[in-house]
Amino acid sequence: MKQVSTISGRAIPLGLKNVDTDVIIPAHWLKTVSREGLGKGAFESIRQTPGNPFDVEDFAGAPILIAGDNFGCGSSREHAAWAMLDMGLTAVIAPSFSDIFSGNAFKNGILAVELPQEQVDRLLEVAKDHPITIDLENQVVTTPFQDRFAFEVDPFRKHCLLNGLDEIGLTLERDASIAKYEETRAASLPWLDAPHKKRREPA
Amino acid sequence: MASKPRTLYEKIWDAHVVERQDDGTCLVYIDRHLVHEVTSPQAFEALRIAGRTVRRPDLTLAVPDHNLPTTPRLASDGSRLPIADKQSAAQLAALEANAPAFGIDYIDAVAPEQGIVHVVGPEQGFSLPGTTIVCGDSHTAAHGGIGALAFGIGTSEVEHVLATQTLLLRPSKTMEVRVEGELGPGVTPKDLILHIIGVIGTAGGTGHVIEYRGPVFEQMSVEGRLTVCNMSIEGGARAGLIAPDETVFEYLKGRPYAPSGEAWTDAVEWWRSLATDEGASFDKSVFIDAADVEPTVSWGTSPEDVVAIGGAVPSPDSFADPSKQEAARKSLDYMGLAPGTPLEEVEVENIFIGSCTNSRIEDLRAAAAVLEGRKKAANVRWAIAVPGSGLVKRQAEEEGLDRIFTDAGFEWREPGCSACLAMNPDKVPPGERCASTSNRNFVGRQGPGSRTHLLSPAMAAAAAVTGRLTDVRKLMGE
Repeated sequence: MKQVSTISGRAIPLGLKNVDTDVIIPAHWLKTVSREGLGKGAFESIRQTPGNPFDVEDFAGAPILIAGDNFGCGSSREHAAWAMLDMGLTAVIAPSFSDIFSGNAFKNGILAVELPQEQVDRLLEVAKDHPITIDLENQVVTTPFQDRFAFEVDPFRKHCLLNGLDEIGLTLERDASIAKYEETRAASLPWLDAPHKKRREPA
Repeated sequence: MASKPRTLYEKIWDAHVVERQDDGTCLVYIDRHLVHEVTSPQAFEALRIAGRTVRRPDLTLAVPDHNLPTTPRLASDGSRLPIADKQSAAQLAALEANAPAFGIDYIDAVAPEQGIVHVVGPEQGFSLPGTTIVCGDSHTAAHGGIGALAFGIGTSEVEHVLATQTLLLRPSKTMEVRVEGELGPGVTPKDLILHIIGVIGTAGGTGHVIEYRGPVFEQMSVEGRLTVCNMSIEGGARAGLIAPDETVFEYLKGRPYAPSGEAWTDAVEWWRSLATDEGASFDKSVFIDAADVEPTVSWGTSPEDVVAIGGAVPSPDSFADPSKQEAARKSLDYMGLAPGTPLEEVEVENIFIGSCTNSRIEDLRAAAAVLEGRKKAANVRWAIAVPGSGLVKRQAEEEGLDRIFTDAGFEWREPGCSACLAMNPDKVPPGERCASTSNRNFVGRQGPGSRTHLLSPAMAAAAAVTGRLTDVRKLMGE
């Protein structure tokens, strides 16, 4: 995982509620076997609407997106996170996120920052003309004005992001614990293991 | 001292914690991992680059479903027909190569057991009560219908499970959805779950695992339970489950991957111990009277946008929340609907009966019962029935259901996800409506510009016959 600490720059004031992952990246883009190049399809249906915020020149290459409640609901497709990264987005601010999306965002080093609706509303206003800064270390979102909005973050995720840790690498270090669990499980619930054998060699 | 009463979710969770970190994050063991072609190629590629192997190929099962065309797969000489779309063909070929390369059991595109991963898992007895089940697909929640803790994961998590057979997770909150009473005639599990999502909202279950409780679920078939749990994610919950009981055991007994003999007896004994204890508490409770549930359809572009079939398209101003008003205005504009229009006046040009929500034998029977002796209306341009698996298809054909569908003017297809997400060639054209038994009515879900109305298989059949959204009860018993 790439290291993340502070993200600063323009923020696209989308504001919409319930932005689902089909909207972030429609299914016809999912035929790829790569993580790259999905930015072209990101927010396709919104970008086809005249006057959408993605078209505003000032927001080209903006690292932050501001959205409404329940961002990233629906499909588990991690392509949504890859598409956002590919278009240059490395953080989303919203009042709430779907559970699966916030996990996918974290695994790709995208900050999913939850703030109350009033603070999101304020940031939507500021973002029209000014940059925003997200400081992960101090867990605070700031603007060029007096705004200082503190946010919560899972301590383990914060630790991984600040240090650029590889989660799979960390878990593989727990191999002995996993093996021990498997041993106990094989003793108490042996029928859970190797179900295929029963398929191939019916009793 | 007696131990604290626990919920079904807590019992399954506790049985799978390998390690608990000081910060509350847990390393959780995964019993069953289902893999399909769309969300796995990047995970296998990453394993290859890092020189990692699959820890437990024996607990992993791969089957293609999302991207596969539902047109015939074999030529008359028995050879495999090529897939026209090159990208789709390459993605399917990747799974076909990755599964054996990593030692994973693979059900290929022309095997009789092939089907939608969430139909195949329970049908093969690969999905079992009390287990943790994951898949790179949010509708994995379906397997909760047999009493498993099952949830969708992203591709990085697919890779994590392949490499370690575990996931790093924090415990979810618990939510009880209790339904008392009895569902009326013509009211199905699909109507019930649409109604529930309408009550709790699409984010109502976020951060929670739902347990569906009450007599309605106890009396429900396994197929119906899978339908209900499947759409938990549409209510924001990553997983939903129902306590495993004799109905589930009866369904699973003798399935290819299910335990047998003495192991079966031991398994059932353990499964019986999993039901939520008397006195266990939930973080959130929702109570629903089954008598309030009518045949239900969606009118907007979020699964919470539902109304009883006898109702009308709501006015955006009828919502208290200003952001919901704005969302409703956008939805109605996209859907081409005016507030106040009775749902039964809405004409549909397309009918889709299928998806991991409603493609099991009971669903096809319910639709066929309405279609028998009838034909699709003249304005219905395209109607397809897509069985959830090859075995469902075969069973339906043995019962003569395929003839009922084709006589009514439906196309009878090969199994797959099809027009639910329109990744393969099965798409609804821009601006056209589809009465669909699938699970999502999102903007563009069934193809760019498509307009989806979610409903039950019986209601989809009724819409096919009349050419508009219709209360199926009017066609019953005629």
